[in-house]
Amino acid sequence: MNIAISASGPSLDAQVNPRFGRCEQFIILDPETMQFKVLANTGQSAGGGAGIATAQYIVKEGIGAVLTGNCGPNAHQVLSAAGVKVITGVSGNIREAVELYKSGNYSSSDQANVGDHFGMSKGSNR
Amino acid sequence: MIISIASGKGGTGKTLVATSLARSLMDTYSVTLLDCDVEEPNVHLFINPEITSTEEVTIKVPQVRQDRCNHCGKCSEACAFNAIAVLGDTVLTFPELCHGCGACSYLCPRQAISETPYRIGTLEKGSVAGIDFVKGQLDIGRAMATPVVRRVKQCRSDEGITLIDASPGTSCPVIEAVNGSDFCLLVTEPTPFGLNDLSLAVEAVKQLGIPCGVVINRAGRFNEAVEQYCRKENIPVLLKIPLDLKIACLYSEGITLADGLPEWKMEFKQLAERIMELIGERNCNTQR
Amino acid sequence: MKEIVILSGKGGTGKTSIAGSFAALASSKVLCDCDVDAADLNLLLEPSVEEEYDFTGGLLAFINADICCQCNLCTQLCRFSAIKDFKVDDIACEGCGLCARICPVKAIDMKSNVAGRWFVSKTKYGPLVHARLGIAQDNSGKLVAQVRQRAKQIAAEGDLDYIISDGPPGTGCPVISSLTGADLALLVTEPTLSGAHDLERIIQVCRHFGVKAVVCINKFDINELNTRKIEQFCNESETRIVSRIPYDAAVTEALMQAVPVVEYTECNASEEIINLWQNIAFLLKDKNDVGNAGLKNGSF
Repeated sequence: MNIAISASGPSLDAQVNPRFGRCEQFIILDPETMQFKVLANTGQSAGGGAGIATAQYIVKEGIGAVLTGNCGPNAHQVLSAAGVKVITGVSGNIREAVELYKSGNYSSSDQANVGDHFGMSKGSNR
Repeated sequence: MIISIASGKGGTGKTLVATSLARSLMDTYSVTLLDCDVEEPNVHLFINPEITSTEEVTIKVPQVRQDRCNHCGKCSEACAFNAIAVLGDTVLTFPELCHGCGACSYLCPRQAISETPYRIGTLEKGSVAGIDFVKGQLDIGRAMATPVVRRVKQCRSDEGITLIDASPGTSCPVIEAVNGSDFCLLVTEPTPFGLNDLSLAVEAVKQLGIPCGVVINRAGRFNEAVEQYCRKENIPVLLKIPLDLKIACLYSEGITLADGLPEWKMEFKQLAERIMELIGERNCNTQR
Repeated sequence: MKEIVILSGKGGTGKTSIAGSFAALASSKVLCDCDVDAADLNLLLEPSVEEEYDFTGGLLAFINADICCQCNLCTQLCRFSAIKDFKVDDIACEGCGLCARICPVKAIDMKSNVAGRWFVSKTKYGPLVHARLGIAQDNSGKLVAQVRQRAKQIAAEGDLDYIISDGPPGTGCPVISSLTGADLALLVTEPTLSGAHDLERIIQVCRHFGVKAVVCINKFDINELNTRKIEQFCNESETRIVSRIPYDAAVTEALMQAVPVVEYTECNASEEIINLWQNIAFLLKDKNDVGNAGLKNGSF
């Protein structure tokens, strides 16, 4: 099943973006074939509730898991309700993160790993 | 008559002016004092009112009846604030993001959404020595101050004088507090920050079409820039409160000028009279 | 990269004067003015604007009078009383879009609204990101987020040590937006009843959002009894006081000259502000201390 990765750039060599809701783009990737597409995040510009808007938006891509740095409580709730696994604390190169995911090195989190509004100002290099 | 007290910059003495004015006018007029600085309300510290009632301030947020909902997603699509999400057969609501516009419930094709109150703050009413007092307070962690301000303003009186203490700045909660006043008193201090923020506040009240006047607090040897600005903008400087250790001490203890230095009562009465004259001059055909 | 945000609850306690002094004291940093409503840090730092952007706030309804059939349905349904005589009051409109959706003749459009401008400027102390929210505009929180995001980006690109943010007064939308996710909040208070009252509320806000807060009592000697009350309260609520700045006429003089006080003169206040910055820098270095152990939402 496809996975979504919050990305700092439009390629597998870009870094994982630590932000979820306010992330500019996602990489939607099939871990078997490593085929991917880049999805500009329409949810990021929301005045409020960017995490919710973003989660609803990428859920439509039919994904099974999200790899990101930080995910707040609202987005986590939406993703969980849609049956999407949320894997937080992911950083570094996207290709390497996907390899770690495939080898089962990540476990999904049952709850948000950051508080409300966390990503409102988080930069790309924390 | 409604007089609002605003400033642009914080900490210039809005609350001191509002409470001193109330305590100076209470013998002559029936005074209603509304604390619309709902993020950091302080008026009560200066007048020590006896609180007679407390109620919750709420907005209406959606409540979904699962038995009627067919998960069509129209509510989520309609919500401009991302406060409701439909995922498969689950509907999630996020009341802290809801503005209470009612779009989801109105547009739901199956009438599956009713609205339920969601607390964002409190409203306290009370009185002290002839002053009716109302205070709004936003709950900790809540972002939306404007609906609380709106609720406090509903308590204005049509009789006598209503004084509104606004929050600093020029954004929505301030505009909500000041809008509809007959006059706006802008309290400033003679510093570059005070002047800069005064000019923003003046722009705001002009946009609302409300006549205004200036009080210079901590006035001293640096007043000239503010006075020059006021002359240029044709805004009257109605009162100067000097930079004075005695006044600073009273303020720090939460004592109004009318109570701590009774000679100021006359100054504040005259200030109110000047304001009445100014309003009379500007709209001589109003119901006054 | 560490981000410190200066807040106070009550306005006028000296946030911007302290932020301006930190600008002069910190070595490698970007400055960020989160008081987008009444921005003043620029007055101390003499910025020259290098980049300028429009800030698009929320949407506003617009009624096309040529199409409007004057059925009045929008007026009846608008919860914000924003439609009068078939015209939208921009100040009251919250941009929910209900009117546009229900208009039977589709006479209403939702238009995006340029609600302010934001800037990246050069100052002699380093880059400054600042903004100007239009009068009576909504969405100040979103503009704050935008300003902070850009400051983070500049800090990341330049490998800078600190982001120093001057925050707005209050406890609502723009304050929450300035605070969340910061490494440390410096709460500046003064020994007045109002200052103490507002400090209690802003401490609760920091705790609510899981941001570690430390306190600075400005002009602590103008009312030492109130200072002791604040100290006692901070003690009880386990909030550390990192500085007590004495009242000093030089602070106002520096402000009149629009110069950070530590650059203006060597005086008691400027000496204490130098100490304060050293304390802050130390706290930010000590990772364990800046963690959020024991605080609500303390998960990062």
